[in-house]
Amino acid sequence: MKFASEFRDGSLARRIATTIAAECQPSRGYSFMEFCGGHTHTIARYGLETMLPEAIRLIHGPGCPVCVLPVGRIDSGIELARDHGVILCTYGDMMRVPGSPRMSLLKAKAAGGDIRMVWSTLDALKIARDNPSREVVFFAIGFETTTPPTAMALKMAKAEGLTNFSIFCNHVLTPSAMRAVLQGGSLPLEGVIGPGHVSAVIGIDPYREFSDRGMPVVVAGFEPLDLLQAILMLVRQVNEGRPRVENAYVRALPAIGNEKAQQAIAETMTLRDSFEWRGLGTLPDSALRLADDYAKFDAERRFALPYRTIPDPKSCACAEVVRGIKRPEECPLFGRSCTPDNPIGSCMVSSEGGCAAHWLYGRHRMSNEGRKAVA
Amino acid sequence: MCLAIPAEVTELLPGSMGRVRIDGIVKVVSLALVDGVEVGDYVLLHVGFALSRIDPQEAAETLALLREMGELAELEPEEFLG
Ligand code: SF4
Repeated sequence: MKFASEFRDGSLARRIATTIAAECQPSRGYSFMEFCGGHTHTIARYGLETMLPEAIRLIHGPGCPVCVLPVGRIDSGIELARDHGVILCTYGDMMRVPGSPRMSLLKAKAAGGDIRMVWSTLDALKIARDNPSREVVFFAIGFETTTPPTAMALKMAKAEGLTNFSIFCNHVLTPSAMRAVLQGGSLPLEGVIGPGHVSAVIGIDPYREFSDRGMPVVVAGFEPLDLLQAILMLVRQVNEGRPRVENAYVRALPAIGNEKAQQAIAETMTLRDSFEWRGLGTLPDSALRLADDYAKFDAERRFALPYRTIPDPKSCACAEVVRGIKRPEECPLFGRSCTPDNPIGSCMVSSEGGCAAHWLYGRHRMSNEGRKAVA
Repeated sequence: MCLAIPAEVTELLPGSMGRVRIDGIVKVVSLALVDGVEVGDYVLLHVGFALSRIDPQEAAETLALLREMGELAELEPEEFLG
């Protein structure tokens, strides 16, 4: 694949890793958080941790939208399909996320709920057009990358005058989650690898608040060489003692992001006062709801969906995994009662989840005691 | 989930839509969020929408930079062994 395979060259990767090792200074720490689950996936898949020197510690962050969605929100989705008889459309990742005991969208579907997996919001719009007598709800989740496609679907639905289409909006904001993780102060962090595809929408400026407070940030693409480049840039920032925000993904993202996408979001959505995250608690100004101009497309208002906080399954350590204070293998259920085939927590569902990435690619087998001791 | 992939635009369609090829698979996607896309361009595609255009010039420069980062290691082997 052009613009992807060139950035997977294994021998070049090893040479860059050698450069990284050469530039690490023994007196300094280099613990970096890869915010995004997509990065966690790449790191695990290509075994980057085994290539890197011991001095570099990579800590998995909260950037997996499925993982940070609290149980109560999944339950609301299930309720939509089960009690309101809607056609519920959602991305594939959502289907197996565990809701309240022994429920998931997949199981609700098996029990007769009309739940359909879609690739794009465009497919959900088509289902609404094709089924004028049914209510069609799109269960929207995701960080800023995934928000513009929802915003565009809203604009199209409004322009077309679709009356049977609505959105259950669960879009969340990267800088808010980053703030929550960094403010905790419980992690020894020397830098953050920023999610490139979020910046393709919001640009790199929103991370200035972190570098202004002394935290180096390098926004990276998703191929192994992209990540190694970002790690080397972070090492250099640490060595120079000059924290700033850098873009290591210039081929795909202009520093300002995508202004059209930002406009579409601003037109259709607005900040929620607060939103509950799995693992991070209830955070102010951290998520989006539909703007009042789009109230009739808002499934929460249309179906008067109540929100209930529901505790995570007992002994599931997702909350700590999401915050980076526990590695997946430190969860007592990891690989025992919780596996991708039978997930107990959401971190084991999507391959971007810390637990699933560790399990799938055996990242847990590679980690050594030293790297474990991040908590 | 937040993953976006490079896709080659093979045809422009009405309504700001376009046909793209991703590793041999053909999909119809929205190009509404990126101005001035042309056939032959590569876009970053995410859940049915192009989010940005991939800049071949910048990609080549990054690859050159990466090679440079790798060469440092070859030139100074003693430094990193110790
Ligand atoms: S292994 Fe399963 S139960 Fe444990 S933290 Fe991960 S997802 Fe939760």
